[in-house]
Amino acid sequence: MLELKNVRKSVLGEVHIHPTDLLLDTGGFNILLGTTLAGKTTLMHLMAGLEKPTSGEIWFNGSNVTGMAVQKRNVSMVYQQFINYPNMTVFENIASPLKVGCILPAEIKRRVGEMAELMKISPMLDRRPSELSGGQQQRTAMARALVKESDLVLLDEPLANLDFKLREELRDELPKLFKERNCVVVYATTEPTEALLLGGKTAALHEGRVVDFGVTGEKYRQPVDLTSAGVFSEPPINTVSVTKRGQELHLDYGTSWSIGKSKLPDGNYTVGIRAHNVIVERSARKSIKISGTVKVAEISGSESMIHFDAFDKSWISLSQGVHIYESGEDITLYMDASHLMYFDQNGKLVGI
Amino acid sequence: MNKTVNQKAWFFVLPVLILVAFNALIPLMTVVNYSVQETFGNNAFFWSGLTWFQEILTSDRFHASLGRQLFFTFTILAIEVPLGVMIALAMPRKGIWVSVCLVLMAMPLLIPWNVVGAMWNIFGLPEIGLLGKTLNTLGFDYNYTRQPGDAWFTLILMDVWHWTSLVVLLAYAGLVSIPDDYYQAAKIDGASSWAVFRYIQLPKMKRVLTIAILLRFMDSFNIYTEPSVLTGGGPGNSTTLLSIDLVKIALGQFDLGPAAAMSLIYFLVILLTSWVFYAVMTRDEED
Amino acid sequence: MARITLSNLRHSYLDNPVSEDDWALKQLDINWEDGGAFALLGPSGCGKTTLLNLISGLLVPSQGDILFDGESVTNQTPEERHIAQVFQFPVVYDTMTVYDNLAFPLRNRKVSEDIIAQRVAEVAEMTDLTGMLNKRASGLTADGKQKISLGRGLVRTDVNAILFDEPLTVIDPHLKFQLRAKLKELHSRVSNTMIYVTHDQTEALTFADTVIVMNAGEVVQVGTPKDLFEKPAHTFVGHFIGSPGMNILPCNIDNGKAYLGSSQIKTDNRATKGVTNAEIGVRPEFVSFESKGLDVKITKVNDVGRFKIVEVDLMGHSVKLLMGEEQSIPAENAKIEFNPKFTRIYANSHLCEQER
Repeated sequence: MLELKNVRKSVLGEVHIHPTDLLLDTGGFNILLGTTLAGKTTLMHLMAGLEKPTSGEIWFNGSNVTGMAVQKRNVSMVYQQFINYPNMTVFENIASPLKVGCILPAEIKRRVGEMAELMKISPMLDRRPSELSGGQQQRTAMARALVKESDLVLLDEPLANLDFKLREELRDELPKLFKERNCVVVYATTEPTEALLLGGKTAALHEGRVVDFGVTGEKYRQPVDLTSAGVFSEPPINTVSVTKRGQELHLDYGTSWSIGKSKLPDGNYTVGIRAHNVIVERSARKSIKISGTVKVAEISGSESMIHFDAFDKSWISLSQGVHIYESGEDITLYMDASHLMYFDQNGKLVGI
Repeated sequence: MNKTVNQKAWFFVLPVLILVAFNALIPLMTVVNYSVQETFGNNAFFWSGLTWFQEILTSDRFHASLGRQLFFTFTILAIEVPLGVMIALAMPRKGIWVSVCLVLMAMPLLIPWNVVGAMWNIFGLPEIGLLGKTLNTLGFDYNYTRQPGDAWFTLILMDVWHWTSLVVLLAYAGLVSIPDDYYQAAKIDGASSWAVFRYIQLPKMKRVLTIAILLRFMDSFNIYTEPSVLTGGGPGNSTTLLSIDLVKIALGQFDLGPAAAMSLIYFLVILLTSWVFYAVMTRDEED
Repeated sequence: MARITLSNLRHSYLDNPVSEDDWALKQLDINWEDGGAFALLGPSGCGKTTLLNLISGLLVPSQGDILFDGESVTNQTPEERHIAQVFQFPVVYDTMTVYDNLAFPLRNRKVSEDIIAQRVAEVAEMTDLTGMLNKRASGLTADGKQKISLGRGLVRTDVNAILFDEPLTVIDPHLKFQLRAKLKELHSRVSNTMIYVTHDQTEALTFADTVIVMNAGEVVQVGTPKDLFEKPAHTFVGHFIGSPGMNILPCNIDNGKAYLGSSQIKTDNRATKGVTNAEIGVRPEFVSFESKGLDVKITKVNDVGRFKIVEVDLMGHSVKLLMGEEQSIPAENAKIEFNPKFTRIYANSHLCEQER
């Protein structure tokens, strides 16, 4: 169990990580989700002991490890760039972390073989990294990180540089790999979909702050505030300011949306709605109409992503099926009132 | 990144510190000491203040050596840098010829400095030297031990032969680090080879060229062994560079005070010029 | 702008290719209409970059011809072909301002400064670079630099085609999205022929009107995004496009009809006579839980937010289903059905063409 207690990091007066409390458990992934420069890598370095917090403490399994050198902490790390020793074979690469301790050669052979089997790189053990494909190189790097049975495994966007399909495969395999192990796994990613696929718990990061933390699926549906909702949404979440009066939401430009009964008190709110809930097809439940002008429509075979302008804002719709629109064309889309998320003046989620 | 603090580490640095003290600090302090003292032998020293500095800075002899030094340095820079870049551009980027070229280029750099001087000394002799004899046979009146112009010609030719390779190697390192995409993009944009050089190769070589120029500047300003072996500063004083003059004063005439003051001025000139150089060349890097 | 024709094209990096594997690009005949948006999609090493370099003229093909508007350009340089290219890693001229970068291709072609000023202003407006024209190009972020690369292509009036080589690789994920839409929007405005190379299906499908799927040096299918999705011609396309990819299940054929175990599966096509290695292909989008159908055991449910990926065991084979956020999963006695309109028989990985 890894615990950050009021950990803060600043470099030359610039705050990189705002005071953070975080409790990460073994079993299941702990995902750090956020855009580039949100602080994911810094947070990982702090956890690993590669960097020392400016203030606050880091505890691991009941003992304070703040400031303890990374060599002394049984940690392994996988980076976005596949880092292998170029002049060693795949076998030697995977075995390298085991050479430090006093493990018998036979035992090393067994463990490397097991790991290679799991990572599906057994036939490549005699090759050098330069003779492998990107995916195989990253598997080698991962095998090396996992072979020594660390207490803490940090994966920093390990799939970002891989081909699309390979990413899909490894995403499927990774959770299985860690299932049997008794270690804390931290996984950084910029993609909400990847976080959801991997499951576990997610910490949403924004500008050096952990804005939200909890079970991934739950947090996706009930983010604590607008910032967290933004971090969890891809494509970006649509937002608009409204004034709620009775069963209606009043927008600027004289538009109003009827939402039916709601326990929410009257007042000013920011409403957020995800792209896949603003759709072209009309149905009985989709009672709110929104009209705009199409900027561009992207068809992905099964879905259409329509970028359009409405209420002086850019909106995005993600609709099932193929819908072709020319840029500049008028469009009407439909939303279900039950999909609206209400945020108060401070950005806190107050109702769904 | 934070490192663990371990006091024992100082123990490992100690030998280096002692070595540096003996090699650099103590001699430097002795020189500073000499520069403000007057001696009449018998190890008797008297305080003389800044007299020596004044004397050196106003002496014609110093001005003349400094002038020769600056002429030498800027001439070789003006030849070696463009020539080095041109050779680097002409070298192959791929294939077996790369290593052949690199070895050939590195050759002059591997020869000890006094050997270079001796080589050229013989090479240029009008009666038996390959260069001297050839030039004379071709009808040139060439004699570097008698005619100052010929002495300068030989001196500069020697330095160019010896050190252009350094510029070539550095420039080449800069060139090979440019991704192919840049050349392809330039082809597509219809850029001429001059434009490719001006807007891709030169900007990408800038860092290494800065280092090359700085190194060549400092080295040539300090140069002693080769000209001393080749011409010994002659004929007359025509190729007496600062370092040669300094040795003449210090060891030839045993004027310790003026020599010490001169070496300090010399040192400051190099330091200052290098700094100005560096500042100018890296000026527009940060924006 | 031009129509691009690849005729009988082959390429090998070896001097004397012997076996089939020596060819980086196998036999290719394609015709690309003027002004279209095309994508070359495939895994790394499938030959898509080779093909791109052949079109741009950075490589000369071992065999065959490349024609622009019916005229052979096979032995012409990139410059003579009037091609613009945006590379994977942004290429900008560091020492120049954004303006000078955009003006560079025109200046090289001795265009007068008045016209340059006008063209650059137009292109800067299109690519949202107007506010940065006087900045040094080296100071821009990756997406800004890619816009400059693109702008250098757009600024020319003589361009036959603009090629993109995985242009979004180094762009931050949250900006990828914007730049992708921007490219699409630009294509509709300038209607240049654009060819986009990528391994990312989303990028390819959203950008292009026609996608060319490649694998191991061969073109596997050419079609609209809708075709590729709904009617993959090869199991590779089914697997490669769509996330998760198509379910492919080995089946038995009797009298042209497909059987899984003893149950007949209704399909859109029929197997041709005497097929071997028959498989059924159906996308997770077209599999659903129904009250009657094939008995399955649910093995895994993955909640991806806006939909769920359900994995079930069907006679020892793993089958994936895609379900909407609000659809519920049966607790017991789960049965699934395939939508017959989108279920097809493949033989030796190729779609059995004979329609029902």
